[in-house]
Amino acid sequence: MTTPSSSLSNSLRSGPDERGRFGVFGGRFVAETLMPLVLELEEAYRATQADPAFREELDYYYRDYVGRPSPLWFAKRLTEELGGAKVYLKREELNHTGSHKLNNVMGQILLARRMGKTRIVAETGAGQHGVATATVCALFGLKCVIYMGATDVERQKPNVFRMHLLGAEVKPVTAGAGTLKDAMNEAMRDWVANVADTYFLVGTVAGPHPYPEMVRDFQSIIGTEVKEQIVRAEGRLPDVIVAAIGGGSNAMGIFHPFLDDADVRLIGVEAAGLGLDSGKTAASISRGRSGVLHGNRTYLLQDKHGQIEEAHSISAGLDYPGIGPEHSWLNDIGRAEYVGVTDQEALDAFQLLTRTEGIIPALECAHGLAHVMKIAPEMPKDKIIVLNVSGRGDKDIFTVASHLGVNL
Amino acid sequence: MSRIKARFEALKTEGRGALIPYLQAFDPDYETSLELLKAMPAAGADLIEIGVPFSDPSADGPTIQAAALRGLKAGATLGGVLEMVRSFRETDAETPIILMGYLNPIDSYGPAEFCFDAVQAGVDGIIVVDMPTEEADLLDAHARAAGLDIISLVAPTTARTRLFHVLKDASGFVYYVSITGITGTGSASQAQLEEALPKIREATDLPVAIGFGISTPEQARAASRIGDAAVVASALIKTMAGTLSEGQATEKTVPSVLKQLIELSAAVRG
Repeated sequence: MTTPSSSLSNSLRSGPDERGRFGVFGGRFVAETLMPLVLELEEAYRATQADPAFREELDYYYRDYVGRPSPLWFAKRLTEELGGAKVYLKREELNHTGSHKLNNVMGQILLARRMGKTRIVAETGAGQHGVATATVCALFGLKCVIYMGATDVERQKPNVFRMHLLGAEVKPVTAGAGTLKDAMNEAMRDWVANVADTYFLVGTVAGPHPYPEMVRDFQSIIGTEVKEQIVRAEGRLPDVIVAAIGGGSNAMGIFHPFLDDADVRLIGVEAAGLGLDSGKTAASISRGRSGVLHGNRTYLLQDKHGQIEEAHSISAGLDYPGIGPEHSWLNDIGRAEYVGVTDQEALDAFQLLTRTEGIIPALECAHGLAHVMKIAPEMPKDKIIVLNVSGRGDKDIFTVASHLGVNL
Repeated sequence: MSRIKARFEALKTEGRGALIPYLQAFDPDYETSLELLKAMPAAGADLIEIGVPFSDPSADGPTIQAAALRGLKAGATLGGVLEMVRSFRETDAETPIILMGYLNPIDSYGPAEFCFDAVQAGVDGIIVVDMPTEEADLLDAHARAAGLDIISLVAPTTARTRLFHVLKDASGFVYYVSITGITGTGSASQAQLEEALPKIREATDLPVAIGFGISTPEQARAASRIGDAAVVASALIKTMAGTLSEGQATEKTVPSVLKQLIELSAAVRG
């Protein structure tokens, strides 16, 4: 089977290989019951890649339904406040449903329809992916079941209500800590029990091959647009790109088109929770090691016996003990850097962006901003940083309020 | 000859299929699960499957999920499970032991070390739920070198051409996951099994065990006749869980499971 990327053999953008591997990471670690489905999915995805009509259809929905392209905004007051490098914001929060998640969901739902699937299941953490999935299911009249950890259902009530309004069934998962990892397990159980009519719409660049590749491809629209937009605005590529990482889909989407541009530093910001060494963190690369979970080999938070540990982050969207396999590979080959930002730093960044730019960011991308706040002041004023503002923060105001001691 | 092969050959001479009960290691504690393990052969277990507790058992239903949690709470580790098998082997040299679990604890232990240590402890085969044929090279060579059978899984979704692919280098026996679903949730009908088995047998000469959704003596008897073995897991764990008091074993725990096992075994033999 040839892939469109096979001509890029000297490129960092050519992965994964035919086994779905990025270096040693990735793969297809699923039960035999699911293996034929995973192979069928790959075949169906390859067919869409070879079909210009698929891309045309996707572009139509991107433009007229999602609202693409999203702007690249020069954050003047934020830049002045930080006193160093110029900071640009990629405004993914302006997409329909308020996050980058719809880029991927739009692509996969068109694929699911081509495959003749009538029922969609998805996992969600913060609820952004769940809302995006419920949205396209409403758009196409498909049955939608969203698995969400019970803890997350509690801390992301507005998104749960949105999913209900959109006609989705939200199933709270009480196993484990009731967060994204547990929702993922339950979604996989649903898929294995309903293989005939059900499409599993994975929300991040993780899971068995071809999900990490496919989700990355659909999210790469972010980086592709940034490349055009920054050249138009500044006449050159940025010096640094920063994105927050849970599973890593918004980061992979903005990084991927830049992988071969060696002068562009790529920085992924993991949720350090209460601190990288606190034991309460979601920083899989900084504090995890290689293992196998949810269909792929990647960096995982785990104990010495290989039992997966609970992640912790103030942000439900980052509260996952793993990370997409391509990120694990980019870390190991040194092409991207991965750093940690604590709950408190993210809260501070959340407020800073709100006050300087009038943009309320999701707590997820507030982690990215917190790192920008650390590096921008140290950089000369002619340097350029692009931060992916992957989602809007309306959903987080209750969490933020409670941390600020405000009772809404 | 491996214990697995010897056992299936002996049963063939007897003219019956095998009963393979399952227990989750360390559920609800090490001593109770070891006591149960040691008593299983006398109660009619022909082979025994031991579940290795994992934090994220994504192919298991609520019953085995809860058992895994109890096991982990009781301190289960892969090394601890091997210790349990070692202790079992002090009293039983013939009953084949198959470990069933997920890849990450094995990956974490070290694939080569694990295969070696498992055989040393007296393990005969392993079933790794999330390691399909396409990823089996992680363990294959080590298992072969150590003399450990990797038991291949096939499912209703495994098409004919794929059956040949999956079973090409299979060893020990073949495990037929008889439903598209998670453990302990639904059952295949006798007609469905009768349709599925000949297709599997075309692709392999190995014995075929049928698992997932077998709970009653009648189902066990049918499966052991249509296939070569019946695996009973969730039904036994449900019984055990029903005897626990605040998650702890009681005097009823081991006898209740053994009583059910004797009934299942009688049906398979009858």
